[in-house]
Amino acid sequence: MAIGVKVLERPIAETSYLRATMKGMALTLKHMFQEPVTVQYPEEKWSLSPRWRGTHRMLTTEDGKAKCVACGLCPTVCPANCIKLVPGEDEKGNRYPLVFEIDEFRCIFCGYCQEVCPEEAIHVGRHYENSEYSRDGFVYDLERLTAQTHPVCEMWDPADPKGE
Amino acid sequence: MTALPVLALLQAATPPQSLFVFLVATVLKMLILFTTYMVGVALLTLAERKISAWMQDRHGPNRVGKGWLQPAADGLKNIMKEETYPDAAYTPIFVLAPVLAFVPAMMTWAVIPWGAPWDSPWGTIDMAVAPLPVGFLYILAIGSVGVYGIVLAGWSSNNKYSLLGGLRSSAQMVSYEIAMGMATIPVLLLAGNVSLSQIVERQAGLGPLSWNIATCTIAWLVFLISAFAETNRLPFDLPEAESELVAGYHSEYSAMKFSMFFIAEYANMVTASALMSTLFFGGWDIPFTTWDNVAPHTALKTLLTTGLFFGKTLFWVFFYMWIRWTVPRFRYDQLMALGWKLLLPVMLGYIVVMGSAIIALQKAGFVPTSMAFSGALLGLNVVLVLVLLFVLDRGRIVSPAYSRLDPRHLSRLRAVAKVHRTAEAEVSP
Repeated sequence: MAIGVKVLERPIAETSYLRATMKGMALTLKHMFQEPVTVQYPEEKWSLSPRWRGTHRMLTTEDGKAKCVACGLCPTVCPANCIKLVPGEDEKGNRYPLVFEIDEFRCIFCGYCQEVCPEEAIHVGRHYENSEYSRDGFVYDLERLTAQTHPVCEMWDPADPKGE
Repeated sequence: MTALPVLALLQAATPPQSLFVFLVATVLKMLILFTTYMVGVALLTLAERKISAWMQDRHGPNRVGKGWLQPAADGLKNIMKEETYPDAAYTPIFVLAPVLAFVPAMMTWAVIPWGAPWDSPWGTIDMAVAPLPVGFLYILAIGSVGVYGIVLAGWSSNNKYSLLGGLRSSAQMVSYEIAMGMATIPVLLLAGNVSLSQIVERQAGLGPLSWNIATCTIAWLVFLISAFAETNRLPFDLPEAESELVAGYHSEYSAMKFSMFFIAEYANMVTASALMSTLFFGGWDIPFTTWDNVAPHTALKTLLTTGLFFGKTLFWVFFYMWIRWTVPRFRYDQLMALGWKLLLPVMLGYIVVMGSAIIALQKAGFVPTSMAFSGALLGLNVVLVLVLLFVLDRGRIVSPAYSRLDPRHLSRLRAVAKVHRTAEAEVSP
């Protein structure tokens, strides 16, 4: 007994179990008539922040090709080293990505790739429902990245660019 | 030695007109009661989840048939699940325990009158399966059996947590049964009888003023607290205490056998609520009118009083849930201290006070059914409740440090702690 037990002197005159219980019951009863705060998930969804950084999306030009010019900035800046880029060049001398893969498991969703991209090609998206049946599905190739349609991250609020 | 009039004691309060009518009526009453009870208990599991959800600003179950079919889905799931029998368990008792937990709660209902008697074309039919003249003694007897289911479940599981849960529940239920029995004595004193229909009859007439909640308020409070302990509901659900004992006495149970304990908990809760309505809230009596208490006993009166009785019962069931989602669990020593050091002495004193008051009022010439009689008792109770709330309930009923509040004890503890601290300081410089 009493191995360093902290002994408090309780204010006996102010303690009352019954009245404290009644107070608690009044509180729970009040909450019974308040609107539930639950979001009924599959039917209802929270609206995401415009700055939400989710799985990536590659924007395309009007003729449906990826905007990416394979400059190599995004694999360089990527702190998680999750972007695999093999550049190619067509007959006119335009560079384009032969291979562009993002491993979404390694990605830490910092958004540097979007920030660094000179062509505004790669974006992090406002999206969070990403389940797949196999791990392979999480390596997004160029086809998958261009096929995504979800809205993309704004990175900063245009009305408040400094984040104040 | 003369033979005790046992048969007369066990006989129904109003003798049946004919044996055939009596049999048919009893079987019908049993069927109706059992069906209502089982469906009601199933729906109460849903109600508990819904009410807890609302109190926590959630929705609760709303998927299976908008939530209404949730009990059916749960039942189906539990029947389909695998029954596991632990190797070390003592199987016969392991199987028997869930039944023992459930049946006594069901049996108690036999004597509870749930409506005004009905003067049917075939004779007067009492709205209780067996309106025994010794009704209340029967309830006390059956109530004591209820502990066996839990104790045996804990013991036969051969699991330390289960055993601890079972031991806790036996200690708890035995302790609070005393307070519960004591709490009903003022009611019996007022009614002068142990028959439940007589107790209901005594409370009829003046509306809420003659209900025992007004005339025996403290007894009601003690009964309420003991009923929580008896049914192992929060704040006294120590036999389960999942943070300490996994799931207590039903840790080893699975599938429908687990479900039986769940059903038993709700069955006990309904029974305790019905008892509370009968003993303290006028039973099936409709307040502010004597229309329901006098002949002719039509079917309409029976239906209305039955409805009111179930309304009162459901209110107390709700109260149970309300408390459950408000108050945290007691510590074990707090529970024991509350039962033995507070409720028991309070009830003993209260019985003396109430007994004296009743005798004094009768000697002074007040009729027990009169407004003055009940009013005087109400006044006495208001004073006693104020004493309880503002004098007795000052950190003494339940305190976070109940056993250490004694100043002598406190200074001794401080001295020990000081010695310990100095010793520690010497060891670890």
